[in-house]
Amino acid sequence: MKEIGEIHLPDDVRYAEDHEWARLEKDKIRVGLDDYAQDQLGDIVFVELPQVGDTFKQGEEFATVESVKAVCECYLPVSGKIIAVNTALEESPELVNNSPYGDGWFVEVNPGDLSEMENLMTHVACLEKLKGAE
Amino acid sequence: MIYLPHTHEDIFSMLQVLGVDNLDDLFSTVPDDCRFKGDLNLPEALSEWELNDHMSTLSNTMSVSPDYKVFVGAGSYEHFIPASVSYLLGRSEFVTSYTPYQPEMSQGTLQAIYEYQTLAARLLGMEVATASHYDGATALAEALLMAVRITKRKKVAISSLIHPLYRRVVQTYFEPTGYEVVELPYLNTGVTDATGLEGMDDLAAVAIQSPNFFGCIENLQFLGQKAHDKKSLFVACFTEALAYGLLKSPGSQGTDIVGGEGQSLGIPRSFGGPALGILASSKKHMRSLPGRLVGKTKDLDGKTGFVLTLATREQHIRREKATSNICTNNSLCALAAAMYMASVGGTGIRKLARLNHDKTEYLKKELKKAGFGIPFDSPTFNEFVVEFPSGFKAGHKHLLEKKIIAGLCLVPYYPELANHYLLCVTETKSKNDMDALVREVKS
Amino acid sequence: MKESLAATGLLLNEPLLWEKGKKGRCGFSLPRRDVEACPLDEELTREGPEFPDLSEVDVVRHYTRLAQWNFGVDTGMYPLGSCTMKYSPKTNEKQASLPGFTGAHPLLPWGLSQGALKMMFEFEQYLNEITGMHATTLQPAAGAHGELTGMLIIYAYHKKQGAQRSKIIVPDTAHGTNPASVSLCGFRPVPVTSNEQGILSVESIAQIMDQDTAGIMVTNPNTLGLFEENIQKIVQIVHAKGGLVYCDGANMNAVMGVVKMGDIGIDVMQLNLHKTFSTPHGGGGPGSGPVSVTKHLEPFLPVPRVVEKNGAYVLAEDYPDSIGKISAFYGAFGVVIKAYSYIRSMGPENLKKASQLAVLNANYIKEMLKGTLHLPYDRPCMHECVFSDKHQTAQKIVTLDMAKRLMDYGFHPPTVYFPLVVSGAIMVEPTETESKENIDQFIEAFKAIASEAKENPDLLHHAPKSCKVKRLDEVTAARKPCLGG
Repeated sequence: MKEIGEIHLPDDVRYAEDHEWARLEKDKIRVGLDDYAQDQLGDIVFVELPQVGDTFKQGEEFATVESVKAVCECYLPVSGKIIAVNTALEESPELVNNSPYGDGWFVEVNPGDLSEMENLMTHVACLEKLKGAE
Repeated sequence: MIYLPHTHEDIFSMLQVLGVDNLDDLFSTVPDDCRFKGDLNLPEALSEWELNDHMSTLSNTMSVSPDYKVFVGAGSYEHFIPASVSYLLGRSEFVTSYTPYQPEMSQGTLQAIYEYQTLAARLLGMEVATASHYDGATALAEALLMAVRITKRKKVAISSLIHPLYRRVVQTYFEPTGYEVVELPYLNTGVTDATGLEGMDDLAAVAIQSPNFFGCIENLQFLGQKAHDKKSLFVACFTEALAYGLLKSPGSQGTDIVGGEGQSLGIPRSFGGPALGILASSKKHMRSLPGRLVGKTKDLDGKTGFVLTLATREQHIRREKATSNICTNNSLCALAAAMYMASVGGTGIRKLARLNHDKTEYLKKELKKAGFGIPFDSPTFNEFVVEFPSGFKAGHKHLLEKKIIAGLCLVPYYPELANHYLLCVTETKSKNDMDALVREVKS
Repeated sequence: MKESLAATGLLLNEPLLWEKGKKGRCGFSLPRRDVEACPLDEELTREGPEFPDLSEVDVVRHYTRLAQWNFGVDTGMYPLGSCTMKYSPKTNEKQASLPGFTGAHPLLPWGLSQGALKMMFEFEQYLNEITGMHATTLQPAAGAHGELTGMLIIYAYHKKQGAQRSKIIVPDTAHGTNPASVSLCGFRPVPVTSNEQGILSVESIAQIMDQDTAGIMVTNPNTLGLFEENIQKIVQIVHAKGGLVYCDGANMNAVMGVVKMGDIGIDVMQLNLHKTFSTPHGGGGPGSGPVSVTKHLEPFLPVPRVVEKNGAYVLAEDYPDSIGKISAFYGAFGVVIKAYSYIRSMGPENLKKASQLAVLNANYIKEMLKGTLHLPYDRPCMHECVFSDKHQTAQKIVTLDMAKRLMDYGFHPPTVYFPLVVSGAIMVEPTETESKENIDQFIEAFKAIASEAKENPDLLHHAPKSCKVKRLDEVTAARKPCLGG
């Protein structure tokens, strides 16, 4: 497992308490799992994603991620309706490990309230939090 | 005592290491008011030889073959078990190991169960079979709960011709869940009446047993279609696994989940248990399956090996969100079934199933000739219902004195069927046995 | 120098069943056909399942080779914590294979099955005596099945009281089957944390027990191998608010003849015959999980019950408050015979001795290994003790590595990564049937492995090397499941 300094936390996304990330792309929000979480989980074997059209409130469970010996619930960082789901994860769950902010994305959300992004941590705050928890 | 190897010297030296005077002091953390101060009121220990005598005496009171000719199935079947299967099942490496959590030293069990999963799936025409469940009844209950989880609907319809004791187990499992169980009646042809399904749009599953409790073969294709028309899952159940050596498999007829009993495959009746719950589904629903699954993989050197897999469904990881609470299953019974299926083989099982069918048809024919009613005219496998004349109860008793058990009375389960008895003929019954039955019944 | 327990051996490869055989072979002696062939509608029949055709020799070689790849209790020490892998006496197997038992049909008139019914009746009495409870059912087919039965009884009890309660308290040390059984029964598990001593505190239970809690599910001794010392007060708190106390009796091997659960306030509990009562584990089962209850819960037991009537044993169904049935017939009768034989062979004194020696063995291992492995709770344990890998993490060695290396030394590893409250947990349960020499050998092996961790950690990272296979790719097995051939 990586040292805190090795965790990749790009600055173009915001981070939730439970290590989901959210990136604003024009008028939609893309969501995934951050580098710390994928590193902690180890090899990911299965991701259960919602259906297109499902709606969730901020902080509601919307997906689960499985490694061989553990299951992790994921909570949607912003409220909204699911408009796209990364079906590539069905065949290749390892994308979450290899490219957590790129090809390993989970869902695209039509956000209910864009201001919710402000509640999420910047990459700086997220790093501070990880250091603090050490 | 022969299973307690410690000598006085052993105990003394170990107590010394612990700085404790006697064995009682080891229980210092048990509060005094929790301690039982007396002696257990149990019978004194028997020597191995006394135990042999005691158990033989008990065993000799039981009414079994070859003294008795038991023409009863109803969920527990008498089939020949090859000596080779009993012998192999005694291998202590299979018997005294536990769940293969450490796969490297359990490859024997793991490959054997992988093979069982494969053969069971092939027998039933399904894509995935689990490593076993407790019995047919609990396999059915779990299959229905699985359907509820998948469809998110809260009601299931089960045929009234599913084994009565299985239906009671389903009711018990469903009682605290708030999910509803409705029963489908039967037709005078001896199969399920599915017309009631027309009005049911909210079913998670429709469950049918075939051959059913009356021994009749149900039209799974037709019933499955009816279920799917209503967007419900179709669950097939069975009590006599050998039937599928001959009959079209549930999987080939559109079944989504199968929950049935594998005792016929090399497992002795043993007064009803341990049995073998066979649970199987399509690959689509694989991750909703309860129970263990063995998968094939490779080791660090690239050699083929087997492991328990998809464990995140199970209780030791998922805990309260698991697909079931099952931990210990009926692995050794599954192993027996695999050994049996391997011994009988593809060619052999069809011949054996045919023999069961043909012998049963012979008895049916002879009873018909003797003037007894066969109320249900649907085709059967190795069980069928006979209607004996009223007052037959005394006749049944008379046969008992001749050590012939002429079927199971259906009245406790279907009060409307007075004097109806369910008979079963397997390959263990000879023509002479059947002629004797007919002779005695006629008199 | 003494030779290591583990040697080398000739293990043969063996293909899958369907990779062997030839069409037309058979390993089954087909019975004589003495009736005519009878046509059956083609629409109903099939070609026959795709099974291989094998001769008896093929089948015997196949399974003999497979068996040789396995390690069982009869091979060597199997200190799998929580599973009580004690020796399974061979006379039990003999009794279970008596033809009067194996050939018995469960639905015959009870007059024809007196031997079986008598044994079941007597066995229920034995379990009542050992547990200190009033009545027992043998119907549950495994421990988890017994837990479900217990939960169903608790549910039925509260329903009869007219109050539907929604929660059950479950300690953080509980076996996974506990919360799973709670959920299966429609309850919500409410977690409670154990204290620094590794047991439940009175205050923590008092804080969460309320009128909506149906009861608590305890394991005693718990999965850390510790006796729940506050159990009597906890029972009082739960009872005071109308709740019931379920005890997971999986760890009964520690306290036979020492503690009677019924006497300390437990209302309902299950036993595991394949643990405490020596029936063999069968590579994963079958087991048997009888449930014992106090008098006020007796009406809810599953039916039929075995009762004595005018000197005979009959099956009685007339219990209107019964939860119904949880197995098709009477439970794992073939397993019950073995446990019955065990109790008759041991007798009351030896059952108590067994518990005492199980506790002696576990405490001895704890004392002898506590310098080598980190011991999170340095207190007297019961029949099992829990270590962790804390001392080895500096060498980048984890519990899994030590477990795999133990195999090369000729031992089955202990339970690992459970209970969850200890990170990197190593749960060792030797049972009473391991001699001092075996245990000393086990201790030596673990000490050697701890040294290897410092001097040559790769030996652990690449372990095991002596088994049929090396470490397996569980990731691919989960990503791309191949569950059949």
